[in-house]
Amino acid sequence: MYTEKVMDHFTNPRNVGEMENPDGVGEVGNAKCGDIMRIYLDIEGDIIKDVKFKTFGCGAAVATSSMVTEMVKGKTIDEAMVISNAAVAEALGGLPETKMHCSNLAADALHKAIGDYHDKQQKKE
Amino acid sequence: MRRVYLDHSATTPVDPEVAAIMMTYYTEKYGNPSSVHGFGRETKQALEQARNQVAELIGAASREITFTSGGTEADNLAILGTAEALRKKGKHIITSCIEHHAVLETCEYLEKNGFDLTVIPVDEEGIISVDEVRKAIRPDTILITVMHANNEVGSIQPIAEIGKLAKEHGIVFHVDAVQSLGKIPINVEEMNVDLLTVSGHKIYGPKGVGALYVRKGVRIVPLIHGGGQERKRRSGTENMPGIIGFGKACELAGQRMADDAKKQIKLRDKLMNGIVERIEYVKVNGPVGEKRLPNNVNVSIRYVEGESLLLSLDMLGIAASSGSACTSGSLDPSHVLLGMGLIHEIAHGSLRFSLGRQNTEEEIDYVLEQLPKIVERLRMMSPLYDQVIHSKQS
Repeated sequence: MYTEKVMDHFTNPRNVGEMENPDGVGEVGNAKCGDIMRIYLDIEGDIIKDVKFKTFGCGAAVATSSMVTEMVKGKTIDEAMVISNAAVAEALGGLPETKMHCSNLAADALHKAIGDYHDKQQKKE
Repeated sequence: MRRVYLDHSATTPVDPEVAAIMMTYYTEKYGNPSSVHGFGRETKQALEQARNQVAELIGAASREITFTSGGTEADNLAILGTAEALRKKGKHIITSCIEHHAVLETCEYLEKNGFDLTVIPVDEEGIISVDEVRKAIRPDTILITVMHANNEVGSIQPIAEIGKLAKEHGIVFHVDAVQSLGKIPINVEEMNVDLLTVSGHKIYGPKGVGALYVRKGVRIVPLIHGGGQERKRRSGTENMPGIIGFGKACELAGQRMADDAKKQIKLRDKLMNGIVERIEYVKVNGPVGEKRLPNNVNVSIRYVEGESLLLSLDMLGIAASSGSACTSGSLDPSHVLLGMGLIHEIAHGSLRFSLGRQNTEEEIDYVLEQLPKIVERLRMMSPLYDQVIHSKQS
């Protein structure tokens, strides 16, 4: 059902955790639908210096969360903004058809976290 | 890698004795039971013996048994066949909200085609109230279809009482007994059942074979037309190896039922109590004690999701199942758990272990040793669990 890469990210997820005073936090999904993804960003200049995630959900939800954190670490905000859910799935070697819509939301969480960062920056100014 | 199979409600291994007898019907006794010659007569006799073996396990006469391709076909034959036979008499059907999809979808198909359907709720233990059935009965009710025991939470339904009610009102009563066959006693007479579905592969028999018990005098219209096999109720050359295997599996189930139940109840309670003792925030789904199948354990583990649990268990060689949306193939978790009043997030974290003949106490110890570690790991990842930790700290 899942690719080896998905199982690898599910078994050994990268960057699991929380962050004290993150520069941006984004959460998508809800417990009712069975998936919640929360992403924390530490941003310096316009570079994503560190990223952490917490996810409640199926194997695909955990793996996409882990993968997206790996994809954006060290990237600029602009580079992170163009990462799509489809690109995350592709980086994992694909996801089962049924998972493409319900559990493939990690990039959305990332974009939300970047949005939160922008909001916070605006408030500072 | 070590492998522990705890998904016997999905399917069971074929008993070696069953497999051995089946093999001869592939390679040696391959005659068509409808044929006049010796090859045919030989299998015809075996077919009738198998029919008798199935009948005996449920307290029926062998002529009341119709072999089918499995439980799903038997459910379809019972429901569609009754609806077709009685459509002039009435168009109202009663079922419950925790039925297997083979029953629910078939009833809903009829509803789309002009029948009226009443779906009875269940209580928080997953048990149907006889009173609710009574209230649902109308003058035009033609069929009540209720499962004997639920496949997800193991709840045993008050079949004899519903059967009595159906009889009093002259309503055909169908029971899906796929999960209870061979696990708890079934007697179609004592239960006042008119139609009863059973299946081979849940009782250490082969896949692809089941049967419908049809009480003498109850009329059903066939789904499959052709050569008129099975007293014209189910055409098609008989699946002889499957039928022989199913018959043998029924015979063995009858001999072993009491011992199996005794052993599995012990393991069931050890596993269920062990999980509750070792893991915080766990809810047992379904009844405890005598109203539960001997082999069923179902728990919801809060703040984690079912498929993640299954994958993690699978990596340790442990096979279980879940009612989470991800494993049901839809966006909603199990209709059974929702029907019992569970909220979505708790239903998503459900885990079912179904025990079988070969499971050992040592295997249960292995699960009890591994599961808490898995839950701990997944909870550390879960944003829902954060709130619990934070509220504990404050």
